[in-house]
Amino acid sequence: MNPQATATVAGVLPVATRTPTRRWPLLRHSLVLAKRGLINIVRTPEALIDVTLQPIIFLLMFTYIFGGAISHGSTHAYLQFLLPGILGQTIAMGGIAIGVNLNNDITKGIFDRFRSLPIARSAPLIGAVLADVVRYAILCVVTLGFGYLLGFRAHTGVPEVLAACGLSIAFALCLSWASVFVGMIARTAGSVQGIMTLIVLPLSFGSNTFVPTKTMPGWLQSFVHVNPLTHLVAAVRGLLLGGAVGSDVLWTLGWMGALLVVFVPLAMRAYRRRV
Amino acid sequence: MPYAIEAEGLVKRFGATVALDGVSFAVETGSVLGVLGPNGAGKTTAVRILATLLAADGGSARVAGHDVISQAADVRRAVGLTGQYASVDEALTGRQNLVMIGQLLDLSGRAAKTRAAELLAWFDLTDAADRPARTYSGGMRRRLDLAASLVGRPAVVFLDEPTTGLDPSKREDMWGIVRSLVSDGSTVLLTTQYLDEADSLADDIIVIDHGRVIAHDRPDGLKRIVGSQTLTVRPADPGQLGAATRVLADVSGAVPKLEPGRTVSVAVGGDEAMTATVARLAEAGIAVTELSLSLPSLDEVFFTLTGRIASSDDLEEAA
Repeated sequence: MNPQATATVAGVLPVATRTPTRRWPLLRHSLVLAKRGLINIVRTPEALIDVTLQPIIFLLMFTYIFGGAISHGSTHAYLQFLLPGILGQTIAMGGIAIGVNLNNDITKGIFDRFRSLPIARSAPLIGAVLADVVRYAILCVVTLGFGYLLGFRAHTGVPEVLAACGLSIAFALCLSWASVFVGMIARTAGSVQGIMTLIVLPLSFGSNTFVPTKTMPGWLQSFVHVNPLTHLVAAVRGLLLGGAVGSDVLWTLGWMGALLVVFVPLAMRAYRRRV
Repeated sequence: MPYAIEAEGLVKRFGATVALDGVSFAVETGSVLGVLGPNGAGKTTAVRILATLLAADGGSARVAGHDVISQAADVRRAVGLTGQYASVDEALTGRQNLVMIGQLLDLSGRAAKTRAAELLAWFDLTDAADRPARTYSGGMRRRLDLAASLVGRPAVVFLDEPTTGLDPSKREDMWGIVRSLVSDGSTVLLTTQYLDEADSLADDIIVIDHGRVIAHDRPDGLKRIVGSQTLTVRPADPGQLGAATRVLADVSGAVPKLEPGRTVSVAVGGDEAMTATVARLAEAGIAVTELSLSLPSLDEVFFTLTGRIASSDDLEEAA
């Protein structure tokens, strides 16, 4: 320690230097914590694999391995169909990370620090979700950019493409609360990964992502029709390739609301109970 | 406000395990309370309840004059907490960690930066300030963690085993830090497994075992209860071991014990035995390479107070 500075280290803070009346404390604290999340992203670029390399590999794999078989020889036609689906799938898979990270944070003790501060209990969770906006934006850019290199072309204009990205990111943020919840209740980060994968895989494959729904047996079709990813993918498909999107966008928004209503309170409750 | 911390009959259960079984104590403002106990005694649980991280199942507590349940936000504004494990963000630099805490405490951006720089300088971390905390050594991390808990200049500081796992010189540093916190007017509650640490820092010591306070005294009083200290001598010339043994026997009136490593030790009643021994060794012309007076270990304290050996596996400390 440096004895020259001794006089200032502790002691009660003079009231005047604190500004307790600043407005929007929850928003401000959440943004401070979101910034922490972003610094973490920059410092550990390998944590971005799921939103960068993953969509690239999925696009390549499905287009060139299955594309010919599914689309009777035309990989380009399949790519046009597939890309919105890959966007939906990687968004669902990208949501796993937040639960894993938060679970790690709790185990490591940094959340004890946050909980001992006079901030809203929800701020660290909201901050983590906000930081994920950047991850999902990267995901959209990478998927559309790499798809473009492979030959994918949007048939609509810039506003529709932006709307597709915006809807995807907004949906991702709502879905990530499910992952936050699992992150709060699971004992280890590994089990968060396991549980979330079990949820995400049937959601992403049991949808219209890879093949048209009408090729599936009836019982599966009923699942596909209620699957939130189906509606997201259909909406994104419509926004990128043209066609009616109204009902799928509404379905997606409805699902987003439902996810928030169910999982935000569950996650908050689990967080408060976590010792 | 005479008491900065008041705990009244705190009870906490984890399933069938009783972590705290009616713990009461009070800490005067501006003083240091040492909470001594083995792993699993309930020390961490008590700290977590007082720092509002955990709700008690029974009893009540006030910290800095505020109830830990109904006025939790006021308590959080007044306390700083440093746990056994450094809780800093490893990806952030030391400076970023401290600025973040400052902003969460509603300091302006500039004030948060100034405060961070001040603390980094004080904790000797200025050179490492802009490196990610994951590159820090254990001791540096511990200092950063403590700095993080002092950003808001807390009136009450909880230190949960602040020196566990630190090497001896770093331990001394930490002790110095605790003393300056107190001289700056903070109240400190410190948990430890080491009697010498509690003895050297605390104004009052409580000993916790199985979630109960089994002793509450000033360090002197506690030492009187647990009895003797151990005086150890290692003559430079092993041939003088016999002469040294005779000196110790004379000074203490007890039978000295030969220890491995050519040392001899004996139980003595008070600090004055040390001075007497030094004089007698000099008189007898015995050069020594080691001469030390040590307090009883926690195990010995426990044995005296409870009549049984303290065991850490009686109860898992709540995480």
